[in-house]
Amino acid sequence: MSRAALLVLADGRFPAGGHAHSGGAEAAVKAGRITGAADLEEYCRGRLHTAGLVAGAFAAAAVLGADVRELDAAADARTPSAALRGAARRLGRQLLRAARAAWPSAELDALAREFPKGAHQPVVLGVVARAAGLSAVDAAYCAAYESVSGPATAVVRLLSLDPFEATGVLARLAAEVDLVVDRAVEAAREAVEEAGVDALPAASAPLSEIGAEWHAGWAVRLFAS
Amino acid sequence: MHLDHDHHHGPVALSADAHRPDGSRRALRIGLGGPVGSGKTATVAALCRALRTELSLAVVTNDIYTREDAEFLLREAVLPPERITAVETGACPHTAIRDDISANLEAVEDLEDEAGPLDLILVESGGDNLTATFSKGLVDAQIFVIDVAGGDDIPRKGGPGVTTADLLVVNKTDLAPYVGSDLARMAADAKAQRAELPVVFQSLRSGTGVADVAAWVRERLAAWTA
Ligand SMILES: Nc1nc2c(ncn2[C@@H]2O[C@H](COP(=O)(O)OP(=O)(O)O)[C@@H](O)[C@H]2O)c(=O)[nH]1
Ligand SMILES: [Mg+2]
Repeated sequence: MSRAALLVLADGRFPAGGHAHSGGAEAAVKAGRITGAADLEEYCRGRLHTAGLVAGAFAAAAVLGADVRELDAAADARTPSAALRGAARRLGRQLLRAARAAWPSAELDALAREFPKGAHQPVVLGVVARAAGLSAVDAAYCAAYESVSGPATAVVRLLSLDPFEATGVLARLAAEVDLVVDRAVEAAREAVEEAGVDALPAASAPLSEIGAEWHAGWAVRLFAS
Repeated sequence: MHLDHDHHHGPVALSADAHRPDGSRRALRIGLGGPVGSGKTATVAALCRALRTELSLAVVTNDIYTREDAEFLLREAVLPPERITAVETGACPHTAIRDDISANLEAVEDLEDEAGPLDLILVESGGDNLTATFSKGLVDAQIFVIDVAGGDDIPRKGGPGVTTADLLVVNKTDLAPYVGSDLARMAADAKAQRAELPVVFQSLRSGTGVADVAAWVRERLAAWTA
């Protein structure tokens, strides 16, 4: 299979519902924690080393063949906010729909049958990457990059931030994305080979869980999460 | 797309698949688009009132940043609450109805699972611009709603909604004398843009045209279930 499949899967226009989510940025903007490009960079850095690392490790573990049910339960355990668990499942379901059209496979059909309302997005991402012929490293790259590209695009809409500045933030974080992907894949290998899914990273940012619950209660908002 | 020909044991459908996983035919899906304030939600409400005794109906709304359309329909009690779903669009309804339809597909499928069986699902898109059209992967037919107060040159200017929608509704004809819109000119321009595609002039204030829009929906449904 082609390495270029990674570009298809990682494309921000891949029709899997991500455009309606801000990765917590809408709540952070409203709370005054993101006011411009400098804050955005710090916000994305925090997200990369917490949500990004966890998502990368889960996606990689799914590629390496970890049990999907166990992974999904472990992802639940790492997501205290019910709003975020709901969003992760919705995005997983949407990703699976698009992926079944892009890379038809019995494994993806089986996953859709097993989780009709969706599994956690990073878990689905790993299974999808495998169906697309991609590696654990590729899947972790997708997950880690998504953890920062989502908020960066959202902040362009939320603050009318200069889109060149937002892209500059992503470019400056690239080396750190490499680092996080290495750690995520190593953790996934360890978990799959001996330690089990409980040993997967559990880095968290309580403020984003709290922000997600706060955001879910708003009557007027631009993004779904 | 038909990945799985054995629908009885297949997983959920992908997009425009005409059948549900259990093999039954899914509901007809009609999209309503058009500029902000042209009367899309009011037309959805009028269609629900006209058709709800003869058909099993549900509505999906795509608001720009609120749930106002869904809340209006709930307040007006045009349908029971379990038949109305609001999709969140990240401030871009045109993305959610055309470029990335996954959330809307989930909404229509969940409505069929939870409130079904359904004959018809109306999908309203919050207006953001004149070029917003629905993907064929989401709806089977689309209605574009403009109004006479938005300027009587809109049919002349054309654009994908005005030109290609399966039905063009020119709403608020009651306001034409007050805003100086020339209905005959709008009709001629629409005809020039759309050739044989139908146009209905409607006023929800006086009720004219509502029956024509409902009759058009019935025809589409007859063709869908034939
Ligand atoms: N005068 C007049 N007002 C209308 C008509 N149809 C809708 N409206 C009003 O136009 C406003 C916008 O309607 P709405 O359905 O919310 O527009 P949408 O943004 O396209 O969904 C509301 O205040 C409606 O009551 C009509 O035929 N005549
Ligand atoms: Mg409306």
